[in-house]
Amino acid sequence: MAGLVIRDNLLLGKTAVVGIGQTALGKGIEDSELSLACQAVSAALDDAGIAPSEVDGLASFNMENDREVDLARNVGLGDITFFSQVGYGGGAGCGVTGHAAMAVATGQCEVAVAWRARKRAGKGSRPWAQTAGRISNNWQWTRPFGIIRPVDEIAILTRRYMHDYGGTRDHLANVAIAFRKHANRNPVATMGHKTLSREEYMNARWISEPLCLFDNCLETDGALAVVITTAERARDAKHPPAYIHSYAQGLPPQHQTMTNYFTDDPLRGPAWTAAKRLWANSDVGPADVKVAQLYDAFSPLIPLSLEGYGFCERGEGGPFTDDGNIEWPNGRLPVNTSGGGMSEAYVHGFNLVLEGVRQIRGTSTSQVEGADVSLVTSGEGVPTSAILFTKEA
Amino acid sequence: METGWLLPDLEHEVGAEFWHGCGRGELLVQACAACGKWRMPPRPMCPACRSTEIRWDVTSGRGRIWSYVVPHPPLLPAYADVAPYNAIIVELEEDPMIRFAGNLVTSVDGAINEIDPATIQIGEPVRVVFTQIEEVSLPRWVRASQS
Repeated sequence: MAGLVIRDNLLLGKTAVVGIGQTALGKGIEDSELSLACQAVSAALDDAGIAPSEVDGLASFNMENDREVDLARNVGLGDITFFSQVGYGGGAGCGVTGHAAMAVATGQCEVAVAWRARKRAGKGSRPWAQTAGRISNNWQWTRPFGIIRPVDEIAILTRRYMHDYGGTRDHLANVAIAFRKHANRNPVATMGHKTLSREEYMNARWISEPLCLFDNCLETDGALAVVITTAERARDAKHPPAYIHSYAQGLPPQHQTMTNYFTDDPLRGPAWTAAKRLWANSDVGPADVKVAQLYDAFSPLIPLSLEGYGFCERGEGGPFTDDGNIEWPNGRLPVNTSGGGMSEAYVHGFNLVLEGVRQIRGTSTSQVEGADVSLVTSGEGVPTSAILFTKEA
Repeated sequence: METGWLLPDLEHEVGAEFWHGCGRGELLVQACAACGKWRMPPRPMCPACRSTEIRWDVTSGRGRIWSYVVPHPPLLPAYADVAPYNAIIVELEEDPMIRFAGNLVTSVDGAINEIDPATIQIGEPVRVVFTQIEEVSLPRWVRASQS
């Protein structure tokens, strides 16, 4: 892609996800976040057929409440020679997976684990509700005016998006309904047994106009993990490897996380930055992607991400969702085939990474036929990351 | 009196000048004292020339609504009490890339929920007013069409 110099690509096809694991996902789970993290990592190692003592790399969210040392002592990991963290909450899911892959590809470790554990009752689960003292960071420019929750912050961008491009609530309903249909096929999805009609969407209570209840993600307790190793080792894995083809993070110029109202072009978010490097380092392009898991803390992030990652032109992300285009099985690009953050579970978008892997394995409950290129993205609206999985190295 | 409102730290080095300006009835914007470029939010270094010399310019206090939102509960108690209310982003008349968050009211003492949200238009001209909450003056906005 124009503008970016590609040097030796050390990553392309050199590593793969060979293990995935997760706990139950839902509300009111009693286990601690640490216990959930350990259970998910343990399950992922079993799925990979790799012993804990062989793990030598770790990558985690910096919002994770428990640290590498805690995980390692519980699961019985060996000598860890690489550990890193990625910030910005929902922006970090592909980031930690990518960090783990880079560490394996560059020989800093051989078996790396990335995970996310979260309880909605956990400390830090609702940072906006922590109100002690006066505000001295960047929230001082928005919170005194009642722009407080993430949904308020994204609703402002949504309103402007609708104004500039003619996006409608029908487009957002397309998103919510498509993901709910996918969740209805997924027995572990929180909304597995609840359908959603357009009437229900249109009559739902407002949370922050123009966003209603169904434009918001779920609140979920649970943990998920992935195991990454070399392509060489992956060939002997128990399951078909999901090769890491390309990976990028994205932090655009003058970006302010969540309240990105202060740049020349606030609707051109981190997705555009990540996409530039993602595609530049890749042998494939948007037209080759058979299935996508796009970060969906809020429905309007879907049209923005469709535009940012190059599936359509700017302003066309809304109409892209029409006519079942993002629905399994017949849509042009089935999106969030497990139900995503809005209807499967919201674990800071990390469940999207596992679904991206399942599509390559052929084990999704809404399996896209011939899914040989699978895109996963992390939070739009915050410094983000994205990853392309492929069936062949 | 404690209001439960989320308020800025008037002593913090990055934002204090802005808030003190509000206290004097001036809507300030931070400018680079070396190259003159305006920036919002304030910060220690100019991203255009990397100078750390800072100047504060008084703006016209006039602008246009760039976008807006109408939050409904669940919210923190002080905000839930007045919900649904509006919050707006205003682009400054002199430089539309300089934007401020605020609320649209009918007067300096007006409540942030008194304007029918259905009447709010992106692009509407507005002018700043300053509302005292506890020891803080918050910039809010009235329609420019109001006398």
